[in-house]
Amino acid sequence: MRDGTPHFFARMQSQRHLLGLQGMHPSQIVPILDLAESYALLNRSRKTQRDVLRGLTLINLFFEDSTRTRTSFELAGKRLGADVINMSVSTSSVNKGETLLDTAATLNAMRTDLLVVRHAQSGAPALLSQKVDAAVINAGDGMHEHPTQALLDALTIRRHFGHLDGLTVAICGDVAHSRVARSNIHLLTAMGAEVRVVAPPTLLPGAINQLGVQVFHHMAGGLADAHVVMMLRLQRERMSAGLVPSAREYFRFFGLDAERLALARPDALVMHPGPMNRGVEIDSPVADDARHSVIAEQVEMGVAVRMAVLDLLSRRRNET
Amino acid sequence: MTTIFDNVRLIDPASGLDRPGRLRVEGGRIVGIDESPSGAAPEGVERIDGGGAVLCPGLVDLRASLGEPGHEYRETFKSAAKAAAAGGITTLAVLPDSAPAVDDPAMARFIAARGGETGSVDVLPYGALTRSCAGEELAEIGLLHEAGCVALTDGRRALASPRLMRLALSYARAFGAIVVQHPEEPALAKGGAATEGELATRMGLPGIPAAAEALMVARDIRLAKLTGGRLHFGHVSTGEAIGLIRAAKAEGLAVSCDTAPPYFDLNETAIGDFRTYAKLSPPLRPESDRRAVCEALADGTIDAIASDHMPRDADDKRLPFAQAASGGTGLVTLLGVTLARVHDGTLSLIEAIGLVTARPAALFGLRAGRLAVGDAADLCLFDPERGWRVEAGELPGRAQNTPFDGRALEGRVLGTWKDGARVFG
Repeated sequence: MRDGTPHFFARMQSQRHLLGLQGMHPSQIVPILDLAESYALLNRSRKTQRDVLRGLTLINLFFEDSTRTRTSFELAGKRLGADVINMSVSTSSVNKGETLLDTAATLNAMRTDLLVVRHAQSGAPALLSQKVDAAVINAGDGMHEHPTQALLDALTIRRHFGHLDGLTVAICGDVAHSRVARSNIHLLTAMGAEVRVVAPPTLLPGAINQLGVQVFHHMAGGLADAHVVMMLRLQRERMSAGLVPSAREYFRFFGLDAERLALARPDALVMHPGPMNRGVEIDSPVADDARHSVIAEQVEMGVAVRMAVLDLLSRRRNET
Repeated sequence: MTTIFDNVRLIDPASGLDRPGRLRVEGGRIVGIDESPSGAAPEGVERIDGGGAVLCPGLVDLRASLGEPGHEYRETFKSAAKAAAAGGITTLAVLPDSAPAVDDPAMARFIAARGGETGSVDVLPYGALTRSCAGEELAEIGLLHEAGCVALTDGRRALASPRLMRLALSYARAFGAIVVQHPEEPALAKGGAATEGELATRMGLPGIPAAAEALMVARDIRLAKLTGGRLHFGHVSTGEAIGLIRAAKAEGLAVSCDTAPPYFDLNETAIGDFRTYAKLSPPLRPESDRRAVCEALADGTIDAIASDHMPRDADDKRLPFAQAASGGTGLVTLLGVTLARVHDGTLSLIEAIGLVTARPAALFGLRAGRLAVGDAADLCLFDPERGWRVEAGELPGRAQNTPFDGRALEGRVLGTWKDGARVFG
């Protein structure tokens, strides 16, 4: 009998695709962050690298609405010179009963080189990756992973503190349903950060402590001396499902306001993957407080990280 | 026509027989066991040299779903019978939650007749416990029992209402009928795709807590005690539920259970990489539960091993994990995977065979699963050492969704006989 799990995922992390961060080693993560950092500088200097992906076709295949992530990938692809096409579920034939694998066959026929996939089901990009010729980049699948989000979060943190190891990062909110939380936990623990999750037990998945994090059910303990406070979005349907009694009760105990933030280190960063529910998980003044909030910088780093990922995957593609 | 099986190791768990010998069949029935050789076979007598392989009763599989009626694209009686014969199975009890459900005596007779037409396997219907297996009002339990249903169940659906379960157990007592429960509290399991825990969390899959099984088992044991009804749990998979059943048996309650090969041969890691062929109901469990199932097989708490066969086609399975249909085929691999527990020392050979022959037959009071003079010559000849590899796409029968894809097994069926006629090998 095989015990444990990581080797499955290590194998899944084949070099051809970016499906998740679980099982990744710092030696695989650091080069992505370094390249992204150089793209961030380049972006600020308004110089573009339009030859890196010239002649390659990038398809953004979004089965779930997302303006932010899709736009970020689109911009990243265009800055590197790729031909970028957006396919969203409302316009695709998936609504007509076409299966995911029919879609894969179609994409193969179109000679797609890079395929960015967002899907509401965990494992959908992995399933597609088995059937398409393109390099698949997971842009968020169900409750599984959102690797580029965690990479951009890590880059943002590293730019402020210069390193990731030894930092204390508090991830607060709906961890149970969050792919962002899972990818961040995998990346940050691999890089030597101390990760805390702060949430009511109904918003934490089973056996979360076995992912190498510390569990807190109170903001006071969870935020104490934290370098980074990462807030997660709370969907309205969690209330209707009975996981949380009401939005006001949630904000009272698990929302981030200035008073709670004061428990963290004076130079603590406030992060949010967006879109925010102001007044539910985060108080507006905190979200807009330029001394702490790096939410806009996260978006900027998102483009740089995605440029780095597209660049690296296209290089590997050329090697094979 | 007379057939003599010579040079075989006869194993009959019902009588405790396990020794080299021979067996004589005439007119489709067993007429002689372990007679001394009568010299050269006379004219018109077929002699089968077993080459030292094991000859045991044809297997009795007390829990399978078939595609027919309702989902013939997945499987028909004919294709299932082919798979069963290749697995050494000659008696097959099929769940009633087909489309339509077997909630009417005429449907029960239809199922048995369609099975009979295959000529290679006795198909015994379960009757629905509630109309359409919908869990809302009791089915005609007495009429279904009279029509030959081996037991009453809603199949893959748990009967959720404690009031209805109480009534079912009480009422079925009048007929001596057995009530079979799918041990899973449906409200707790709703929407789940994998056992709740570290792996499900890492994969981002909605979890089903192991407690969902224990909760239903505890409730129904209590109702069996209240009513004096005869209760059986299908495919138990957790150590906690097994512990409850063990205690109920020690208390003298009329409670029994079966399990299926995936639960003692695979653990939850089989779903890694989002392998939907390993998506089952109940879901595969952590290794500690697999070991608990093995222990319960060894100490007799588990009364039978059933295939839990559930045909699915590629389109049912080629979906993101949580959306894919659950269920795996099991007919062809029932014996081979059961023998894996002999090779690893969990069970003796005669115990293992008993779990797929005499014990399930005794549970449901069937005249099958034993080698007895005068009984139908339903036989299975197998080599417990011969190796083979399970390969989805290469299995006999239509359904190919085996959770054991790629598994190397030791123990292969060489031949299967139904009423003395060779139906496989």
